[in-house]
Amino acid sequence: MTTQDLRDDEPEALHELAIELERKARARSIPDVPVGVMSCKDVDVYYGKFRAVTGVNLEFGRNEITALIGPSGCGKSTLLRSLNRMNDLVDGARVDGDVLFMGEDIYRKGVDPIEVRRRIGMVFQKPNPFPKSIYDNIAYGPRVTGMKVDSMDDLVEEALTKAVLWDEVKDKLKQSAFGLSGGQQQRLCIARTIAVKPDVILMDEPCSALDPIATMRIEDLMQELRQDYTIVIVTHNMQQAARVADRTAFFTALADKGTGDRTGVLVEFGRTTQIFEDPRDQRTEDYISGRFG
Amino acid sequence: MSSVATKAGPSERVGRPPAIPQFAGRPRYGEKVIRFVLRIAAILTVVITVGILIALIVPSLGFFSQVSVGEFLFGTRWAPRFAEASFGVIPLITATLWTTTIALLVAIPLGLGAAILLAEYASSKARKTLKPILEILAGVPTVVYGLFALQFVQATVLRDWLQLDTGAFSVLAAGLVMGVMIVPTIASISEDAMSAVPSALRQGSAALGANRMQTTMRVVFPAALSGIVAAIVLGISRAIGETMIVAIAAGSQARIVTGPLEQGQTMTGFIANAALGDSRVGSIEYDTLFAVGLLLFGITLIINAISIRFVRRFREAY
Repeated sequence: MTTQDLRDDEPEALHELAIELERKARARSIPDVPVGVMSCKDVDVYYGKFRAVTGVNLEFGRNEITALIGPSGCGKSTLLRSLNRMNDLVDGARVDGDVLFMGEDIYRKGVDPIEVRRRIGMVFQKPNPFPKSIYDNIAYGPRVTGMKVDSMDDLVEEALTKAVLWDEVKDKLKQSAFGLSGGQQQRLCIARTIAVKPDVILMDEPCSALDPIATMRIEDLMQELRQDYTIVIVTHNMQQAARVADRTAFFTALADKGTGDRTGVLVEFGRTTQIFEDPRDQRTEDYISGRFG
Repeated sequence: MSSVATKAGPSERVGRPPAIPQFAGRPRYGEKVIRFVLRIAAILTVVITVGILIALIVPSLGFFSQVSVGEFLFGTRWAPRFAEASFGVIPLITATLWTTTIALLVAIPLGLGAAILLAEYASSKARKTLKPILEILAGVPTVVYGLFALQFVQATVLRDWLQLDTGAFSVLAAGLVMGVMIVPTIASISEDAMSAVPSALRQGSAALGANRMQTTMRVVFPAALSGIVAAIVLGISRAIGETMIVAIAAGSQARIVTGPLEQGQTMTGFIANAALGDSRVGSIEYDTLFAVGLLLFGITLIINAISIRFVRRFREAY
């Protein structure tokens, strides 16, 4: 039984139970130590002189969903954006330490950030479709990266199908993406990311601008995508992390006594069940139980 | 709150019924005055435009009562002041076409290039320095540009350095300098339009593996198209309407222009020259000025209308 079957008409308690069971089942299926596609080794991220995050060591497991949680200003989004060199677009941003993708340091000299972003895609907080047709939104990535494509039509259909959007838009592919609802736009952005066939998908609070129903659909979609992709998601919503993530990393911000600057640090990283049910660090427990943050 | 008070029986609140709300407010005369002033300002612009149009049309009617529209628009000899007068406007149009085309060939690539550099490539520090410098160019009086075109570009560059076969004036020199004059207009307005495109779109493009030029050309440019076309249309209007540079450097003989090194009199150049003369009010010479002015007005209007249609068709509104 899947959560989808229950969601339509069963009482909420049963729905919660189904989610719980699914989560437990998933927790059992992942290895104790993540088999990493990506990892961070002693990563610091700076904006100019300001150190936003420091000393992060993380392993992102293949076909797993890893959630980065923590209070505002703990650097979780900053870290996420350094995983595919999106921070390069910010003046003065700099990364120390190694961010490894399949063993290769993506900040090594000679690495082209454009190639990095092709393999490690990103979905943003606010849906940001291009002001083009639905079709052209999907076809954009394959076109600009010069992918060899037999049939663009098939590729567009495949990406939209994987993002569970095809049935809703198949009759209006030539219409502007701006005519879609917020939730549909976000799924379009996910489809757009899938179309360039990345290995990793980074999601920066992908549901924070969406209503609960659209959020649920994106969460269902993430479970589907997990079969093929490695997903890293930043979320403010702890229930969301508990619902979707296989592993969770909890960050917090430490204030420098001298300057007062707040720097993000990784507090605890483990299976989501462990982080939520049996946190090892007091700060994690305080945050999870709502005592701070 | 009120139900609790009822249940508890009489309380101190009972004796004081809630004050009747005073929604009437005080009259705000200041706001009415401001609205009146703003409305006057808006109406005035329309009235002035209509007034200009009437001022052009009335003397033009006098002109067209003596010269047919066909003879004016399609005649190839322009000699309004000769004893054997002729009023074919084609020679003026060819000169205007040459200077405008040359100016746009300079101004559009340079202007859009500068806009792309400023909006998409330059750091914010560089942009803050470069943009004001660029805009200084727009503040140079056109008569200075005219002298620059005549003395330096025509006499020194084209004749002395390049040894080109040209006289004291040429549509090339006037057009080139006019192009330089228009660069800041196109660059500045296009840059505003491109900078207004949300950076979320650029990030979305970059996250799909697009490089900066692809992002600029395929995402930013179409999204900013209406502003960019507006900038180009303003550039074209300025080129067609520019007077001082062509009056000084393009020449004053109204002959059909067949090459860039020839001299020629543009529509504006004719108006400037003839208006300085001593045409008697109501004479045909005098009315000719307004007929040419009306034609200029019409051409600019048509270009605006075309550009609006173009933008509606191709713009990717965000």
